[in-house]
Amino acid sequence: MMTAATILSFLLPLAGTVMLAFSGERLGPRGSTFIGVGSVGLAALATAWALLAYSGASQGVTLWTWVAVGDFQPTMGLTVDRLSLLMMAVITGVGFLIHLFAAWYMAGEAGITRFYAWMNLFVFSMLTLVLADNLLLLFLGWEGVGLCSYGLIGYYYQHEANNWAAFKAFIVTRIGDVFLALGMFLIFVELGTLDIGQVLEQAPRVWAEGSTTANIAALLILGGALGKSAQVPLHTWLPDAMAGPTPVSALIHAATMVTAGVYLIARLNGLFLLAPDVLLLVGVIGAVSLLLAAFAALAQTDIKRVLAYSTMSQIGYMFVALGVGAFDAAIFHLTTHAFFKALLFLSAGSVIISCHHEQEMDKLGGLWRKLPVAYAGFIVGGAALVALPLISAGFFSKDEILWQAMAADQTGLLIAGLLGAVLTGLYTVRLILGTFHGEPGSDHARHPEPGRNPFTHHLPLIVLAVLSTFLGAWLYPGLGELFPAAPGETSDTSHTLLQVLATGAVIAGLALAGWLFVMRRQWLHSIAGKGAGARCWALLNRAWGFDALFKWGLVRPWQWLVRGLRFDFINRGMNLLALIARAGNAGLVRTQNGRVRTYACVMVLGVTVILISLVLTSGGGR
Amino acid sequence: MNGIPMEHGLMLAAILFALGLAGLMLRRSMLFILMSLEIMLNAAGLAFIVGSTAWNQPDGQAMFLLVITLAAAEASVGLALMIQLYQRFHSLKLDNVSRMRG
Amino acid sequence: MILLWLILIPFFGSLLCWQAERWNQQAPRWIALGTMLLVLVTSLVLWVGGDFSPPGVSESPWLLEWRVPWIPRFGIEIHLAMDGLSLILVALAGLLGALAVLCSWNEIVQRVGFFHLNLLFIMSGVVGVFLALDLFLFFLFWEAMLVPMYFLIALWGHSGSPGQTRIRAATRFFIYTQASGLLMLVAILALVFVNYSNTGVMTFSYNALLDADVPDGLAFWLMLGFFIAFAVKLPVVPLHGWLPDAHAQAPTAGSVDLAGILLKTAAYGILRFAIPLFPEQSQAFAPVAMTLGLVGIFYGAILACGQQDIKRLIAYTSISHMGFVLIALYSGSELAMQGAIVIMVAHAFSSAGLFILSGQLYERVKTRDMRQMGGLWGRIPTLPGFTMFFVAASLGMPATANFIGEFMVLFGTFPSAPVVVVIASGGLVLAAIYSLLLMQRVHFGRETSQGQLAGPDAREYAMMLLLLGLTLAVGLNPQPLLDTTSSMVQPVAALFSDSAGLAVQAEEVD
Repeated sequence: MMTAATILSFLLPLAGTVMLAFSGERLGPRGSTFIGVGSVGLAALATAWALLAYSGASQGVTLWTWVAVGDFQPTMGLTVDRLSLLMMAVITGVGFLIHLFAAWYMAGEAGITRFYAWMNLFVFSMLTLVLADNLLLLFLGWEGVGLCSYGLIGYYYQHEANNWAAFKAFIVTRIGDVFLALGMFLIFVELGTLDIGQVLEQAPRVWAEGSTTANIAALLILGGALGKSAQVPLHTWLPDAMAGPTPVSALIHAATMVTAGVYLIARLNGLFLLAPDVLLLVGVIGAVSLLLAAFAALAQTDIKRVLAYSTMSQIGYMFVALGVGAFDAAIFHLTTHAFFKALLFLSAGSVIISCHHEQEMDKLGGLWRKLPVAYAGFIVGGAALVALPLISAGFFSKDEILWQAMAADQTGLLIAGLLGAVLTGLYTVRLILGTFHGEPGSDHARHPEPGRNPFTHHLPLIVLAVLSTFLGAWLYPGLGELFPAAPGETSDTSHTLLQVLATGAVIAGLALAGWLFVMRRQWLHSIAGKGAGARCWALLNRAWGFDALFKWGLVRPWQWLVRGLRFDFINRGMNLLALIARAGNAGLVRTQNGRVRTYACVMVLGVTVILISLVLTSGGGR
Repeated sequence: MNGIPMEHGLMLAAILFALGLAGLMLRRSMLFILMSLEIMLNAAGLAFIVGSTAWNQPDGQAMFLLVITLAAAEASVGLALMIQLYQRFHSLKLDNVSRMRG
Repeated sequence: MILLWLILIPFFGSLLCWQAERWNQQAPRWIALGTMLLVLVTSLVLWVGGDFSPPGVSESPWLLEWRVPWIPRFGIEIHLAMDGLSLILVALAGLLGALAVLCSWNEIVQRVGFFHLNLLFIMSGVVGVFLALDLFLFFLFWEAMLVPMYFLIALWGHSGSPGQTRIRAATRFFIYTQASGLLMLVAILALVFVNYSNTGVMTFSYNALLDADVPDGLAFWLMLGFFIAFAVKLPVVPLHGWLPDAHAQAPTAGSVDLAGILLKTAAYGILRFAIPLFPEQSQAFAPVAMTLGLVGIFYGAILACGQQDIKRLIAYTSISHMGFVLIALYSGSELAMQGAIVIMVAHAFSSAGLFILSGQLYERVKTRDMRQMGGLWGRIPTLPGFTMFFVAASLGMPATANFIGEFMVLFGTFPSAPVVVVIASGGLVLAAIYSLLLMQRVHFGRETSQGQLAGPDAREYAMMLLLLGLTLAVGLNPQPLLDTTSSMVQPVAALFSDSAGLAVQAEEVD
């Protein structure tokens, strides 16, 4: 029963894609929306069915053998365990709400069919990713979500900038994917299998803890995770990816795809435990990313870019959790983050559409009375984002992460996490104040048209808002027994102390934000306006200049290379042969001048030369 | 005939040949070129005769007959060509017909 | 006998097409289509009915065999044989031949009969190459493919980019392939004469020459002769010069044939002749070949990014893809060689798809210069979606056949040459760059002009759908294909590892 439900849950979005893709334009916007939203809705129902039928044991089903050559026998096989069920629930559940919201958001846009075809394909690919029982099939989903991300970021294809953002997103993640692929090659050669269960079983037998090969394998897989999850240094694509429609940002670039890296590392936990150094590196990268991104979020003016950097920062928290070996905490935060970040993005989408595609904070403001639903969404989502104690979902998950870091004696990571919490409070308050309070910055913000459809607009926001409170945290089933023991289970460090610390950090962040953005607003403006302050602002606004680094380090050299080679110098080199033949021809043609007398002279000359040489050689012989 | 040494005969043949060759290379008129060719052919024939006399072999005489035949044929073809050329170019200068790139 | 008919059907069909033009303009098209479908169906029937399990020791490795003496004095026979690999490639030739006829349905309007004569002549030659076992016969068919291709480019090509004429491209194609064919002829003759002086029997037979005892130094040169002939056709950088010009100037059908089948004859030749005839030398040569493959992957990719002509771009991507094939063929691993066969099939589908699409684009926007395109997604229905699919296939998106092929190659090569695989994997990123650049420049961006263009008609839609379906089918379940070819690949891979073992033993003895 459960396997049937599982298969159904990912076949339905695929069926939706196929129907939409081959419909041409026959379905019309209404029909496309119906199929696009409906297929994911049915998939969510199928997932619910699978959840109900779940017996507690992990189940596998092999659809067919993909390839079988010698030892290389990856299958089309699915494994359903608590982790993949949880991911399925998040993907289809949050996915359905976002699809529903998209019905409101995308109304009247051209190319609805294309939009829903990509969205459904994305849901299908993401489900494949989390259900795959072997790395090759996982890679199918992994690349599939990347392609869908490409198609959706570039949805407004007429704007050159969007296309290049999509291009950048695909290429940067593809660089990570190559590392993942190399990791797969190494794992296959060393362990002789790609089946995830067998890999985890074999790895401790073949590799000693901390052995070089295990480290390399873990490092390569980490490379893949960094690309997909937008962590330093492969993070530059995420802010630009906001060029896509907002539901896309909510689904792909906040709730699901970007957390695939976290899922991958959690799934392959046994491999990373064999490489403790790499696992620590995961935590360090997470900490660095969370701080860099939080600082960058402080200096953005586009509300979606603020949210993008905050996504990167929150995924940094998940990486910190992974880095200290608290896989359960990482997945916990992944789940709550999916709820509240989707809520924030959808609320932002509501604001953007209501204000006629205006998303610069400078031009918004004073909207809180006019857009109450979006405002409420921002408040609840923002509370979860800053981890407001006890009432928000984010508090429970983030607290868990910080506690595990503390229990693992990773003081550096803990401090980074606490500092990050302060910064989160700062940028969240700045975002909400800038968008909803103060004076409207433009006519669009003065006369917004709020969304009124109770089903497609209100319902997703309300459901996600409810899930972003402590209720969402309660829903989390806990996956402790799936993973190796987290440091917190064996440590006797006081949890209460940490909760006090974390609460203190949040309060400090909010208080600081209130003081800075409400009381000392003018002062802040004047500092950021000139001198060192302005330079600092520019640096943060450009997110520490990673883009420039890549531009001058990779993109430009590549373009020079392409330009230098464009005319195929090897081919030109081959033309040299033709030139030589031509030159020879030109030289010899000259001798054919048609004067008989010249021919005679040359002939005599030739005879003379032959005679002389004959005489000389025969003379020498004698 | 015995009185003349072979070397003298061959020398004469060589001088005649060289004269013909020089004419061939230097003259521009087709008529003289044809005549030079005749001289060269005859020089070769003379060499054959001298050789056959010196060694008392008939082969050389036979070869001379062949050379004469060849020379006659060559002269007739050459003169015919010359008449054609004259009719077409109104000149016997061979350089003028170099555009045939032969 | 059925093998002979596989060659003769397109041959007679071509003559019929030529004459049929007198009755009706459309007649040659239908005859050509029917002929190609007949070849396809015949090979499919053989496939369904065939038994491709690895043969026993005494059994013949061939599914079908047909031999009669031809010039007994020199030991030349008409010796045709078919195994799994030839069967797959013959079927592929039939399929792409049919597509080539279909895609030129509206494109070719002049000398229709002669066009199809040439098209079917190529097919006849290609099928012959895939079936011939006698080396002389193989060479005959190898050369027979070239002449009609020359006419195809020279007579019906377009002169797209400035400074490039179709005649020039055709001549260049002809000289490259002819010169390399000459090298192969020399190698064949040398091999035959060495065998003659050893055994006193003059024969061009593949089976006999497999056992020929050639002195080591000479064998290396002979192997090189074969390799260069095939390398030009594959093509391997730096011998690729003819390919971009030929593709850019050829009519769509010519490009489809070139990329889809003619390039595959080279990989087939390496797999069938170059490696089995000279296993030890090939083994010694493998590092060089793999390096050339790497150079090809990167060089092709970089140049593809710099092109403005859409067909030249696709042509350079072929060079990049064939780099993977070359690496695989010389890796000596069964997995990688099987992967190479999958890439061959996959590349035939995806590049044929892209070439047909660019032909259809040309019919609509009358240019192949990508600077004059842009924003077509909104102006043409359905075609951009197909382009997206084939672009995804070309960049190796999982679930397409290209992915399976490339990854099998990389997986298979990794144990023996990890460094090569690590570098080659960089090609995956480059593949993404050039493939998406095509998408960006053609279908995305600002519209260069207004107005809706016609969507695909039933014929175009059916062609695209067929290729799409096949790409996905092979990508999701390549096993039937792999089972068919495994009995051919296994011995070749074993040959490689045996000779590696011998070399190691020899070193130990020394």
